[in-house]
Amino acid sequence: MCLAIPGKVIEIFGESGLKMGKIDYSGTVNTACLEYVPEAKVGEYVIVHAGFAISIIDEEEAKKTLELWDEMAEKAAGKGLDIFGMSLGENRDKEK
Amino acid sequence: MKYIDEFRDPVLAGKIFSEIKSVTTGNWVIMEVCGGQTHALIKNGIDQLLPDKIELVHGPGCPVCVTPLELIDKALQIASIPDVIFTSFGDMLRVPGSKKDLFIIKSEGGDVRIVYSPLDAVRLARENLDKKVVFFGVGLETTAPLTAMAVHQARIEGLKNFYLLASHVLVPPAIMALLGSPNNRVQAYLAAGHVCTVMGWEQYIPISEKYKVPIVVTGFEPVDLLEGILMVVRQLESGRHEVENQYARVVKREGNRPAQELINKVFMISDRKWRGIGTIPRSGLVLRPEYAAYDAESAFGINDLSIEEPTECISGLVLQGLKKPYECKAFGLKCTPQTPLGATMVSAEGACAAYYAYGRYNDGAAK
Ligand code: SF4
Repeated sequence: MCLAIPGKVIEIFGESGLKMGKIDYSGTVNTACLEYVPEAKVGEYVIVHAGFAISIIDEEEAKKTLELWDEMAEKAAGKGLDIFGMSLGENRDKEK
Repeated sequence: MKYIDEFRDPVLAGKIFSEIKSVTTGNWVIMEVCGGQTHALIKNGIDQLLPDKIELVHGPGCPVCVTPLELIDKALQIASIPDVIFTSFGDMLRVPGSKKDLFIIKSEGGDVRIVYSPLDAVRLARENLDKKVVFFGVGLETTAPLTAMAVHQARIEGLKNFYLLASHVLVPPAIMALLGSPNNRVQAYLAAGHVCTVMGWEQYIPISEKYKVPIVVTGFEPVDLLEGILMVVRQLESGRHEVENQYARVVKREGNRPAQELINKVFMISDRKWRGIGTIPRSGLVLRPEYAAYDAESAFGINDLSIEEPTECISGLVLQGLKKPYECKAFGLKCTPQTPLGATMVSAEGACAAYYAYGRYNDGAAK
């Protein structure tokens, strides 16, 4: 129910007095209301829940999360730590 | 796609699994509040891959699940009225009331329509001035601003034929009710990322302090969930209890201010009945008196209904993390997603439905 997914703002327009946008979800384009992210710009990624963008994704923060783990990986390299990851990977493949 | 694929990377997930394994020494019970997270955890098998010392229990943040049966029956009554166009999100259509569901009402001739956005319901009202358009708004804080915008927009446009049947519940009062219970087993919480996207995470600080529980705001992808679990385990192992934010790329400390402002303008807080749990003080949202004209319950004069829940259903205990779905005698037998008896089986995000869909039939399978 609270499922919200990232998408890229590709166009901004007005409709019935509301700020709206066209959002691209890897190929599927749909409309979302941008009233709750008034500062959103074309090219930015937003999180959309039931036709409303509720947050602009902070690229810096996303990078920080991922880089932190890259550093850890370098430290852990050579320890052969990926066994659990492999089994999760198999799960994922089955789903596809 | 960007911001999804990186957070589903199995190699990265594997690293976090290893890290969780290496930091875990105690036995910990962790609750994820949000049904969307319950579903993602079970679907990705995260519950089974975690060290045995970590037990995940599944909280009440499935708004479809906790919508009282009486309210579903009210929805069915309103949807059966001839000049009504009844709209809701798709997942409400197959939720059974005491006798029927919205699909049956539709097959009997009721005008029931699935909408993607609450604003679609406003558009229907604008285009069908001779009909009464009702939106059945069900959700947590994530959905409340969307419903609020629909009502607000209907008012701005002067639409007299738009109504809201609202079932909005609030997460922090539910967490407090669970933590305050003498039976509580939960030692740490993953807070629901998208609820916090709207509300921010400041309101969890007093809860974390009062009950001495770590609370980590967590996203929905496998890497997010694993990192959230790692962050609460680190806190538990070191005896800390703080609010931390794993989902910082989306959630700001103060949340989404414009969304909060409109929620406060349109709604006010009230006591609320949660299916399977009972009434939790100040845990729901109802329309403010200024917006009473949009209230479907009073507009259609539906009287309070009172309905008995099946006695064999233990969903209340499941929602509090006291029992697992497979401990229920009806699980998978009398009670399935096609014939749900209780709250946690009615929606794909309910714990019983997730356990059923992904084959967690007994204790052995769950670990
Ligand atoms: S399996 Fe069905 S009857 Fe049993 S607790 Fe879950 S919802 Fe209730």
